[in-house]
Amino acid sequence: MDSFFRSEEMCLVQLFFQTESAHNCINELGHLGLVQFKDLNPGTVAFQRRFVKEVKKCEEMERILRKYSRFDKLEQELKEINSNRDTLRQNFTQLMEINHLLKVFDAFLFYLHDRFVAGVIKHERFPAFEKILWRLFHGNFVLRHEDPVKKDVFVVFVQGDQIRGKIRKLCDGFHASMYPCPNNAYARKEMRTNVNTRIEDLRLVLKRTEEFRETTLTAAAANLQEWASKVKKMKAIYYTLNLCNIDITQKLIVAEIWCPVSDLNSVHTALIHGSEQSGSSLSPVVNRIQTQQTPPTFNRVNSFTSGFQSIIDAYGVGNYQEINPAPYTMVTFPFLFAVMFGDCGHGLVMTLLALWLILHQEHFRKLKNELIDMLVDGRYIIFLMGLFSIYTGLIYNDCFSKSFNVFGSSWSVRPMFHPHGPWTNDTLHDSGHLHLDPLVSGVYSGNPYPFGVDPIWNIASNKLSFLNSYKMKMSVIMGVAHMLFGVTLSLVNYIFFRNLKDVALQFIPEVIFMLSLFGYLIFLILYKWCVVMKSESAPSILLLFINMMLFDYSSEGTVLYRTQKPVQIFLVVVAVLMVPWLLFAKPLLLYRKHKQLKFLSLPFCLSLFFGVKKAFVSLQVSMADIFVYQGIHTIEYCLGCISNTASYLRLWALSLAHAELSEVLWKMVLQVALRVTSGMGSVLLAVTFAAFAVLTVTILLVMEGLSAFLHALRLHWVEFQNKFYKGSGYKFTPLSFNRMRDMQ
Amino acid sequence: MVSCLFCGPKLAACGIVISIWGVIMLAMLGIFFTTHSAVLIDDVPFKEEDMHNDQDPPHNIYKLYNQVGYNCFIAAGIYVLVAALSFCQIKLNHRKEYMVR
Repeated sequence: MDSFFRSEEMCLVQLFFQTESAHNCINELGHLGLVQFKDLNPGTVAFQRRFVKEVKKCEEMERILRKYSRFDKLEQELKEINSNRDTLRQNFTQLMEINHLLKVFDAFLFYLHDRFVAGVIKHERFPAFEKILWRLFHGNFVLRHEDPVKKDVFVVFVQGDQIRGKIRKLCDGFHASMYPCPNNAYARKEMRTNVNTRIEDLRLVLKRTEEFRETTLTAAAANLQEWASKVKKMKAIYYTLNLCNIDITQKLIVAEIWCPVSDLNSVHTALIHGSEQSGSSLSPVVNRIQTQQTPPTFNRVNSFTSGFQSIIDAYGVGNYQEINPAPYTMVTFPFLFAVMFGDCGHGLVMTLLALWLILHQEHFRKLKNELIDMLVDGRYIIFLMGLFSIYTGLIYNDCFSKSFNVFGSSWSVRPMFHPHGPWTNDTLHDSGHLHLDPLVSGVYSGNPYPFGVDPIWNIASNKLSFLNSYKMKMSVIMGVAHMLFGVTLSLVNYIFFRNLKDVALQFIPEVIFMLSLFGYLIFLILYKWCVVMKSESAPSILLLFINMMLFDYSSEGTVLYRTQKPVQIFLVVVAVLMVPWLLFAKPLLLYRKHKQLKFLSLPFCLSLFFGVKKAFVSLQVSMADIFVYQGIHTIEYCLGCISNTASYLRLWALSLAHAELSEVLWKMVLQVALRVTSGMGSVLLAVTFAAFAVLTVTILLVMEGLSAFLHALRLHWVEFQNKFYKGSGYKFTPLSFNRMRDMQ
Repeated sequence: MVSCLFCGPKLAACGIVISIWGVIMLAMLGIFFTTHSAVLIDDVPFKEEDMHNDQDPPHNIYKLYNQVGYNCFIAAGIYVLVAALSFCQIKLNHRKEYMVR
């Protein structure tokens, strides 16, 4: 199934269903999420549509629910419940105090005074209370107290009413609560049972109040979410119904939908299910119709591929059934990123970060932050970018700007000294810089470092001369390969659309042009890398190429191989011949075809004089159009070949910038702490490392990562895709309740 | 018991991430210094005298290498402590979350 290599085949289907089952059927289709409704009433304005009242009702309900969600009404209810609870609690405490009072009162019964004041006072206030009582009444009272809970229960036995009044005032001053206690035991017992029952009742009431509060709150919260989503669904359904046609009898609804061919069966089943739910007798009719209109572009994606598809669609949604660049992008995009990022330490940190994003995906989505949402959507892209960066970091032999020496360097310094080579101990004293000469035997072992760049380049001072040349040539090779791949994809497109004329008129001259000039450049690079020659006399490839284009073979020593001159002349002539082929072949053929058609149709149109004239005018207009279009395409392609190849040099530029930034960060931050060997060196190193880590993440990972991401994306969007991608389709947007829920 | 919580959950998480990175990277650096890797020559603070007045070359340079290596190991040890501290803070933060609820 090549459904991801190009967009799916879509079909236009007419649906007929009864008005009663309309709501249920569309509900089922919405849950399925595979059909896009076409607007059958494009001329009508919003308020002229059939179901406009229902849509307005739904919007009204949405508004109310939104206000509800601010908990205005709920707040009021909550306040009421809370105040009730507080009063109940107060009553409860009072009753408990009375209970305690009565319990201990019996203990004081042997005092014969019958005038007393009984109450409850806070424990810490009791000593002061007692002192003041003594000061006032000089011992003409009996005070007994007990201390059941935090509060003290006290009884003051006195003689005389006046004193009682004064004690009452004193109790008020101390905020002690007084309770009337009956004199005889029987009344007291009654009071006790009374109080106990009241306490039990209050306990029950308090418990019930709590439970009621809980249930109200939870019920409201759960319902709110449910109501909101229901209203949204209803609104979507009524909006969809507005797009359909209702026939004269008001009993039948006609809808036209775009649907993937492979999903027709599931759509049919969903409709039958919907009509059964609504209890209607007739099942909906599904009728596939032929059409000349362009269907929407539908690429079936899963959570891994959706990231890559979205970055392709951001530039332009592909034409219907055009080649989809997304599957190739899944490999080339992280690879081109990694060529520009190339550091295995940073790649490892990026991979671990992406792994954390992947594993904790729901937790990050709950935060509902736009930036974090974007990061989470691209988590698989970041993961692949990190993995590929580890690989290119190992190739560039660069880990936080230091190299690994795993296999042993192929260069050796000792053979440069006597008796092998020219150096002596004095040579070391005199010069600041020394050259290792590979022609001295033993200096270069003859076997290149097995994997990646030799670690000795990391400590060489002419490291950049070597690496620049290497990276530039590598960028050009990768660029030409990427562009050739793009041109080949256009061939696949032509074959799929049975457009074999364009294969001969466009694909072949394009490919020959690119191969003869830039393919030859690649050949020169690879040849110069593989063949052994003296470095002083090796010709510069750039000069060779320029002289080739100018047909300048006068300067000496400008040949890499014997038959270079005739080969180059041939290639340039072929490339130049491709330009008129591209420019004129297709328009001239079209012109001849139109002239033939005009000649054939002339006898039939004698009576329609104006028709013929119009056809002739349109023929002229369209021919000019075609010539101009072809001219633009030719210039764009040919000049674009050169500029796009140079554009790929950004792969070199960004990787150089990254390597240099990384080295500067090490030298300026971490090396300062490493070179301190005295006492507190390790503490300084610990602190400096934290700064190094923070700077690495912010500058090298975030800033450079974004930059390399952007440039890799541009290389795909412009240099790769303008060889084959039209990108002027429209996206398939099905009615899907899942998508609506995810978007809110 | 006095509350030992002095940083929020985000700071503690950053702390533990940097500590783990620090432990691994500084330990590896320490190993590479003590095995006298040539690539790290620029990070060793040797002076002209170390090279000239050496009885038994390159012993002086190797001694300097070892010193830097031990510094790295000690710094890695410091980060182990910081990691343990951050981990405790994370645990305390979690407990506080549960208690408030």
